[in-house]
Order: sequence, then C-alpha cells, then structure tokens
Amino acid sequence: MATGQLFSRTTQALFYNYKQLPIQRMLDFDFLCGRETPSVAGIINPGAEGFQKLFFGQEEIAIPVHSTVEAACAAHPTADVFINFASYRSAAASSNIALKQPTIRVVAIIAEGVPESDTKELIAYARSNNKVVIGPATVGGIQAGAFKIGDTAGTIDNIIQSKLYRPGSVGFVSKSGGMSNELYNTIARIAIGGDVFPGSTLSDHVLRFNNIPQVKMIVVLGELGGRDEYSLVEALKAGKISKPVCAWVSGTCARLFKSEVQFGHAGAKSGGEMESAQAKNQALQDAGAIVPTSYEAFEVSIKETFENPIKEISPPQIPEDLNTAIKSGKVRAPTHIISTISDDRGEEPCYAGVPMSSIVEKGMGIGDVISLLWFKRSLPRYCTQFIEICVMLCADHGPCVSGAHNTIVTARAGKDLVSSLVSGLLTIGPRFGGAVDDAARYFKDAYDRKLSPYEFVESMKKKGIRVPGIGHRIKRGDNRDKRVELLQLFARTNFPSTKYMEYAVEVETYTLSKANNLVMNVDGAIGTLFLDLLAGSGMFTKQEIDEIVGIGYLNGLFVLARSIGLIGHTFDQKRLKQPLYRHPWEDVLYTK
Amino acid sequence: MARKKIREYDSKRLVKEHYKRISGSELAIRSAQVTESTDLNDLIEKEPWLSSSKLVVKPDMLFGKRGKSGLVALNLDLAQVSEFVKARLGKEVEMGGCKGPITTFIVEPFVPHNDEFYINIVSERLGCSISFSECGGIDIEENWNKVKTIFLPTGVSLNQEICAPLVATLPLEIKPVIEEFITVIYALFIDLDFTFLEMNPFTLVDGKPYPLDMRGELDDTAAFKNFKKWGSIEFPLPFGRVMSATESFIHGLDEKTSASLKFTVLNPKGRIWTMVAGGGASVIYADTVGDLGFASELGNYAEYSGAPNEEEVLQYARVVIDCATADPDGQKRALVVGGGIANFTDVAATFNGIIRAMKEKESKLKAANMHIYVRRGGPNYQKGLARMRALGDEIGIPIEVYGPEATMTGICKQAIECITAAA
Repeated sequence: MATGQLFSRTTQALFYNYKQLPIQRMLDFDFLCGRETPSVAGIINPGAEGFQKLFFGQEEIAIPVHSTVEAACAAHPTADVFINFASYRSAAASSNIALKQPTIRVVAIIAEGVPESDTKELIAYARSNNKVVIGPATVGGIQAGAFKIGDTAGTIDNIIQSKLYRPGSVGFVSKSGGMSNELYNTIARIAIGGDVFPGSTLSDHVLRFNNIPQVKMIVVLGELGGRDEYSLVEALKAGKISKPVCAWVSGTCARLFKSEVQFGHAGAKSGGEMESAQAKNQALQDAGAIVPTSYEAFEVSIKETFENPIKEISPPQIPEDLNTAIKSGKVRAPTHIISTISDDRGEEPCYAGVPMSSIVEKGMGIGDVISLLWFKRSLPRYCTQFIEICVMLCADHGPCVSGAHNTIVTARAGKDLVSSLVSGLLTIGPRFGGAVDDAARYFKDAYDRKLSPYEFVESMKKKGIRVPGIGHRIKRGDNRDKRVELLQLFARTNFPSTKYMEYAVEVETYTLSKANNLVMNVDGAIGTLFLDLLAGSGMFTKQEIDEIVGIGYLNGLFVLARSIGLIGHTFDQKRLKQPLYRHPWEDVLYTK
Repeated sequence: MARKKIREYDSKRLVKEHYKRISGSELAIRSAQVTESTDLNDLIEKEPWLSSSKLVVKPDMLFGKRGKSGLVALNLDLAQVSEFVKARLGKEVEMGGCKGPITTFIVEPFVPHNDEFYINIVSERLGCSISFSECGGIDIEENWNKVKTIFLPTGVSLNQEICAPLVATLPLEIKPVIEEFITVIYALFIDLDFTFLEMNPFTLVDGKPYPLDMRGELDDTAAFKNFKKWGSIEFPLPFGRVMSATESFIHGLDEKTSASLKFTVLNPKGRIWTMVAGGGASVIYADTVGDLGFASELGNYAEYSGAPNEEEVLQYARVVIDCATADPDGQKRALVVGGGIANFTDVAATFNGIIRAMKEKESKLKAANMHIYVRRGGPNYQKGLARMRALGDEIGIPIEVYGPEATMTGICKQAIECITAAA
C-alpha cells in the first residue's frame, strides 16, 4: 500500500453505478471545502452514456456518463480514485477492471457481502501493483477539506458540525462506518470496512498517517475479531510510528456471551482469546498506544492528546434541497399538477375513489371505468351499458375510411404500433368522426331554444351549415341504419327520457321530406341520446351538461372506440406482412 | 463476509461430491445424518451399507473433542447405533462452557486403521495456510511440533515444489497419494469457497485417503456463486446458542427485512437494558456498561440498524420492553435507548416506532420502575429527541434525552448511577 497522502483538494474520482444522492453529497462537500473542481469527474453506468445533471453549489453541472470503466478512464486520465457502488455480486469484477487501469490508484468498494475469495484476489493484485483498496463493506473515507468518498460522514449538517470542511491534523481509522461518524465530531479520516479482510488494514492507514506531516496524532477504533490490530501492535513495537496513537478496540462485552456471537459487523465475530477486545487493547497499550479504560474515557484521551493547531474558517452556505426544506417545514412550494380522477399512492390504485379491487370484484365493465374516469361518478348500469354499446358500434368502420387508411399506410411503412395508431387518430376532426360532438351541440341548442324542426333546419341552412348527425352516403329513408335503430330501441326501453332523440327524429322526418338520404346517422343518434343520458339520469347539473358538451366528451368516445379498430388494422397489416404502400400513378390526376 | 461453520456431514458430503469432479478419482466416503425426524428404514434404503457394516456414531453439533468427552461410539451395529442415538437425542450436554441439546448425529462405517494424518487449511488475508502432520488424531495438540505448515499466497496454485515441505518425511510408497490428496483438497477448498477445513484425522483405506473426522467453514457471502455446488447446505447456530421465544421472534423479524435487528438476552434479571442503533455503537454500549463494572446488571445486547421502518422498530421495541420490564421487583431499572450520529437513518421515523411501543407499554414500564435514557444524533434528530421528551411528560415516565452534543456513552454512566442510587 502506498504511504502518505491519498487525496488532495484536486483529487477526482470516477463513480461506478450511478447513484444520485452519494454523488450529490460528494459535490456538496466539495463546494463546502471551496474546491474549484467537482470531485466526481465521470460516472460509469454500464450500458448508458450521456450526462447527469447535478448541483455544484448553486450551479447545475453536467457530469459525463460512460458505459465502460475503460472508456471513463480514457476520458478522464487525471481521475485516480474509483468509487464502486456496484452490488456485492458484481463489485469484484468491476473493481478488478478498475485496478488494472493505469490511471486508477485507489479503489473504494462500498458493497457489503463481497465473497472473501474475490476480496483476496483484489488485495493480492493491489499489493503487487502498489494500489490501494478501501473496503469492501466500507462507507468510504474522507480527507477533511479536500475529498470525500460517497456517503462518508453523513449529512451536510454533520459535516459542518464536525468541521470536516477544513483540513485537520488527526488521522482516524475505524472498523465501523457508523461509529466513524460519531468520532468525526472532533476528528477525521478513513473507515476501512467491517469485513474480515478489508482491502487495507488499520496499520496500513496508521503508517500512512505517520508519513503525512499535517497529521499530528492518530486515532484508531478497532473491534473484536480478526488480527488486524496486531499488525498495528507490531508497527508500534518496531518503532515505525512516531506520532501519538489513541486506540480503543470495542467488543469487551463479548465474554458476557455464552456461545459464539456474530455482532452487527461481519468481521466482528468473537473467536479466540487473541481476537478478543481485551487482548487487543492490552497489546496496543503494551506497545505504547494510549488506550483508555472504556469507550466513555476514549473521548477524554483524544482531547488530552490533541492540541488544536487549526485555524478556523467559516464554510459557505450550501443551498438546501427543496425536498429537505419542504420536509422540515421551512418552505412551501406550489404543485405543478393537479389530478382529481385517480390516485396511485395507496395500497392499490383508485379510480374516482373506487379501489381497483372493488371494480373487478363487483364485475364492473369498461363503461363503468369510463364513467369513473371521465365523469368522476358511478353511473347507473343502463348508462354504462349504453356507453359500451357506443364503443362497440364505433370501434371500426372498415379499411377505407380515412383513419383506418392512414393506419394501414403507416403500418405498411414499417412503423410501430403507436405511430400507426396515432396516424389514424390524427385524421379524426371536423370531417371525420367529429360529427357526434357537433350533433349534440346543435341539437341541444335547438331543443333548448324550443326551435321547431323547420326553424332549426332552415336556420342552419341560412348559416350554410349542414345539420350534423343527419345524412348518410348509402342509407335511405326506406333503408335505415341498423346501428341507429339498435340505439333507439335500447334507449326507448331503458332511458327515463329520450326527448332529445325524439326531437332529432322529428328533424329527420322534416329532412327526409327534402331528400331521401337525409336520414339520422349514427353520430346523430349517439349525440342526441347522450344528451338524454346526461339530462335523464338526474346525475348531472345543467352546468355540468353544458361543460361536457362544450369540452367534447363525445368525441372522446369516438376516439376511444375507433382506437380498437385502428389497433386491429395495424396488427392485421403486420400479420399479413404487407409491403410499403405506394399509391399508383394511374390513380393520380397529374395536371397543371 | 461471514464465515459459517457447517456440520461434519455436510463437509464430507461436499468433499465426496466434488473430489471426483476436481480430480477425476473417487473417495469412498460414506456418511449418514440422523436427527429427530430421521426414519431409520428410509435411511437404510438410501444407505444400504448401514445394515451391513460395523458403524461409528457421534454428535454432529459443531463442537470438537467428542472422543475425549466419550461421545463417540465405535464398532456398533445399526441397532446399537439406534440405541446410542435414542439415549442422547435431545439431551443437554455441556461442552467448553456452552450447554445445549444434541439434535444431530453422524453415522459412518467403522474403519479400523493405524495411520492418522492431519490436514488443515485456513484462508487468511494474503493467501491460505496449509498444515499437515503424519501424527494426527486426538493427540494432535501434544504433537504440535510435528505439524508442518506452508503459506500459499493468493493466486498461486499448489504444485509439487510448494507442497514438498509438508510431505518430505513421508515414506515413499504413500508420499504421492498424500501429495495428490493435499493438492486436490486445496483446489476443492478454493473452488467451494471454504474458509476453513480440517481433517483430523484422515487415514488410508486400501491405499486411498479417507477422512475420519472433519470440520469445515464456508464463506456464506459466496452463496450466490455456489448455489448448485453447495446443494442444500445448513448453517447451524453455534452450539449452545439456544434462542428463547423472544430471541427467535426477533431473529425471524431480522430475516424478513433488509434492516438488521439483533437481540440477545444476557441476564433476564439484569437492571440495565439497551436498545441501540448501529452495529458498531451497540457493541460499545454493552462494552461500556461492562467496562464501568456493571456487566452483571446488563440485561441484553440489542442492535437495530440499516434503516428499519417504523412498524419493524415498533415490533422490535415491544419485545425489548417486555423483557426489560418482566418480573418487577420495586427496584429501579434503566433502559438505554442509545446510538451514535446516524449517517442517513431518519431518527424521528425510527423513534416513532420506539415511542409507540413505550406508549403501549406504559403501565409495564411504570410497574418496573423504569428510567429511560436516550442519546442519538443524525438526520432529523431534533424532531426525534423532542418527541421523546414530550413522551416523558405525556406518560409520566422519567426520560433523559441527549443529542450529539453529549458523549455517546454518557447515558451508560447515568443508567448505572440510576440503578445504584437509593430507591
């Protein structure tokens, strides 16, 4: 392991496996320290490339994302620290690749549960190539005022309280990430990980601290299990450490347990006498370390040994994240979206307050779902049944109408389902399919103003508007549209009132007297019957009905229904493997 | 990384199953496992040698020195084995200060032998050490000077040259066999993610190595790589670790969540109880009570960490409080709700679970004359601490609350002062 300073104020890292929070915490720390460059040069996110937006103080910066370790190292040759946030399954493989890159000097592995044999391979490679492995199972490490790995030292509040934003003079190494946070209150450096063979050992770091001139004293928090502390004992005995070392090994309570106990940390397993906390504390004390009688006295020992030569500086303010500020009740922010028809936050999604399970259990149909999501209320069964009939009747009208034609042409051009579908839907408008809404609007207006069929038709004629919902290409007075008849029959049997539709029938009688093809078409039937549904069900106020007609709900019904047919046409063309459609020259009139 | 001991039966099963794959030749290992649920007739069908050979039976409970403790029976027939098992199954024994019932036995053919060899492989930080002796068996410790050890750095494979110091003194006719055996066992050790393996002794049967007694430990974090190779492996609790109902309830909770929940009762009559956040801190709290001279009053070791949710903390806290308040005797007790400065755990959220449990158990806490001491820091700690203080006023139980400005273990001292002060 290299001896001396691992990090500086210009150290940059590559971050493996994108995690927004730890990176943002590193950048916040950088800003707090007054670093000029962010400490994360690049991100490696297997299979992804591009940029990630993050904050550097008040400013947003874009950090490059690379899909491989090699590419990231080539793009950022000065980044010599590799921070590995991969899972325990893949951490060893990615760390291995990183260690082999000539630009990488330090690899920190956060994952807990990396197999011992994999870790040993990493250790062996790092040793023979003079590289440093921190972890696995580490929170990382920090050099006060210079560089911080991932989540080390917790929240910004704690970092400020522990004054980690300015350079320190105590080297600290611990087996516990959580406990290091505790000790950062006065001091700072590296937590090496709770595993049996963390990549670097207590003595590795203590020897390193001994070589750093700024470090005036060294604090070590070890724990029972393993022999790691003995390498420190050896180093002390051999006189390799000239600076005061304050040490405490936790786990003296192990002898209270009758059988072997695995404590919270994997490395902390109470084994033989040599590995006990008592034996290690004794050995450290005998070797010349300052060892208190209990953890409670540890802080006093550190303070007594420590002479504070640090000049205080005050750190800049880090802008608070909106989420944190809202949570603490300091600010409020307006929402940007409002939704009243559905809610997916609870145990199960609700449509207009009705949970999904009850929709299914009560045997509701698509008409009920439409009534919940469009009208925000449960309509009586005859209404939802009527809606379903409308959907069924309007689902398709053959391949020749403009919507289906467009869909077919698009599908044959090799486009995907959604493109083919919307290409058909985009033809729906004033000329194709839009007549339902207009029929409802004009008939409602005429009926409400009590116009006679004669007055209504003639006033429309004066304005040069054809009466929507009247007229058919094929159907005649003596050969009515079957669909219209079905709708009328259903409504007359089930609706409490069919006054709008009956009014339309009177209008039709008058138009038929003008021309035999001016029959009520399916748009007219649906449009007027929908008015009857809204008015007759007693579940809508007059304003609500005006709003529904005004917004164009009925067009929605057509769009929904026709989507079924358009999707069918798309699948049909794909199944038939139809080639690109090209309109024949013969069918075009070329003229000037 | 966690090294877990496995039963002798599983150690031998793994060696038998994989020796052939690695070396191409087979070992004649035969062993059978007998537990409370074993039907001997079914077992004979699977292992017909049981009814045709003379047998050895011994407990398979992760403890050693069975021969010296008279727990090994030799040269029995199956009926005698069955009797031996019946007489001991479920009976408590004491081994090295740990008491526990015997639940599992291993039965093997009785192998008369003269040679007793010793092999031991241990995974260490920078490699593996391999030890061998031709004087193995129950007196290995007396013959420790005859044990030869080599150290194999990580990544180096075992060859004749490296192995030479181990087998140098062996008679020529058995040397190649033993050398080959050590090499294959080492390869198997690496291949199966063993961290410890010992055969003491193994012998030669018809010129082929045969382990008579074996111990093994696996690295359970490598389970994801060894799913197929290990088969259905069991990681038994250490011998003597019998969990009480409350302990196994917490153990069950722990296994269901990604958080860590640990609970061990040390002294049911203790007057200082702990409920501490964090793996490192929880040990230090238990240490400190002991280091200040009150180990005998420490009721339990308890740790919660890894951001358990409120509901999990609630269930956990109920159990700790139930144990801490059992059998009130009028004397003061103390509950230490401790923790360091959390990295990211929301202190207010986890405290909510504890507070709910305390409200539920208000009368029990009062009956036990419980004094509560709280110390914690970390995200949202101000809110969490304020709620704890408010709880004290609300239910009228003495609660002292401290934040990161106080030392972490200061409340241990206070708890001790509390229980030692005149009632």
